[in-house]
Amino acid sequence: MNQKVSAITDSHADVPNGSGAAALLAAGIGCFALAVLAVAGDASPFLKCLLIFYRPTGPLSGVTTVTLLVWLACWAILEQCWRKRTVALGRVSTIALALLGMSLLLTFPPIADLF
Amino acid sequence: MEFTTRGLWTLIHGMGFGALYLLACSGALVELTRLSRRDADAPISRSDEIFLTAYLITMAALAWATVLTGTYIIYPWYRAVAPPGTTNLAAFPQLLLKSSPATIAWHSIGMEWKEHVGWLTPIATTMAAAIQIRYGRHLKNHPQLRAAVLCFVLAAFFAAGIAGFFGAMLDKHAPVEGGSLIRLSHGESQ
Repeated sequence: MNQKVSAITDSHADVPNGSGAAALLAAGIGCFALAVLAVAGDASPFLKCLLIFYRPTGPLSGVTTVTLLVWLACWAILEQCWRKRTVALGRVSTIALALLGMSLLLTFPPIADLF
Repeated sequence: MEFTTRGLWTLIHGMGFGALYLLACSGALVELTRLSRRDADAPISRSDEIFLTAYLITMAALAWATVLTGTYIIYPWYRAVAPPGTTNLAAFPQLLLKSSPATIAWHSIGMEWKEHVGWLTPIATTMAAAIQIRYGRHLKNHPQLRAAVLCFVLAAFFAAGIAGFFGAMLDKHAPVEGGSLIRLSHGESQ
């Protein structure tokens, strides 16, 4: 009985890092997708029109909606592939943080205007 | 003492959801750091684990509420197009800012940055909450994951700070006003 209670309370104890890595990398990809779409929408009038999903909000509606779809799709796929695995977290977190850093830079208008 | 419905929405977006998120963010950073710096053998109690999970879920909800009200309720009023021949641009904040060289950068840098960078916050915070739900107190056994989550929460704090700062400055230079009037009290004339 005690063993059963212990197993329930410690159900997270042996969770492999794959699930966390999937969430982390998907968040990095989602943030980067937002920045890339914002820059692309600003640079291309065609894409700008294409990204107007809700006219009062303009292209920002498309940028954010597509970003959410990319982020959630990546998360679902990576979770499916990695949830039972232990992955090289150092490499995954480096990539995720690099993507996050690039998105912070790319959303800064003077840098975005270079493209 | 009165304000407009649009003014009320900016208040809910900025002073309500946004400011609460920023306040909560500093608390989350402290709590995540505190838990990760504990002695490896010191157990993290179930109540601490539940508290941090609930705290991060609340933060994610606040972040989503902030960006959704900002993008879909307030931003359309901000970027409204004035009919031809309009001389008083008070009801058209974007055009008002762009009409003067002294204020145009509040739009071209402030709003252009704020409208995009703010969206990094709910993504990063939701990820942090999801990882906390999945790993709970055992997150301390995954130091690289914990460090990466802390970095994302820090970046979310930074992004929310930028959005909050420019939101306040934009509201100072070209407030989003309009809609019906809400009167809180009648003053007496002196």
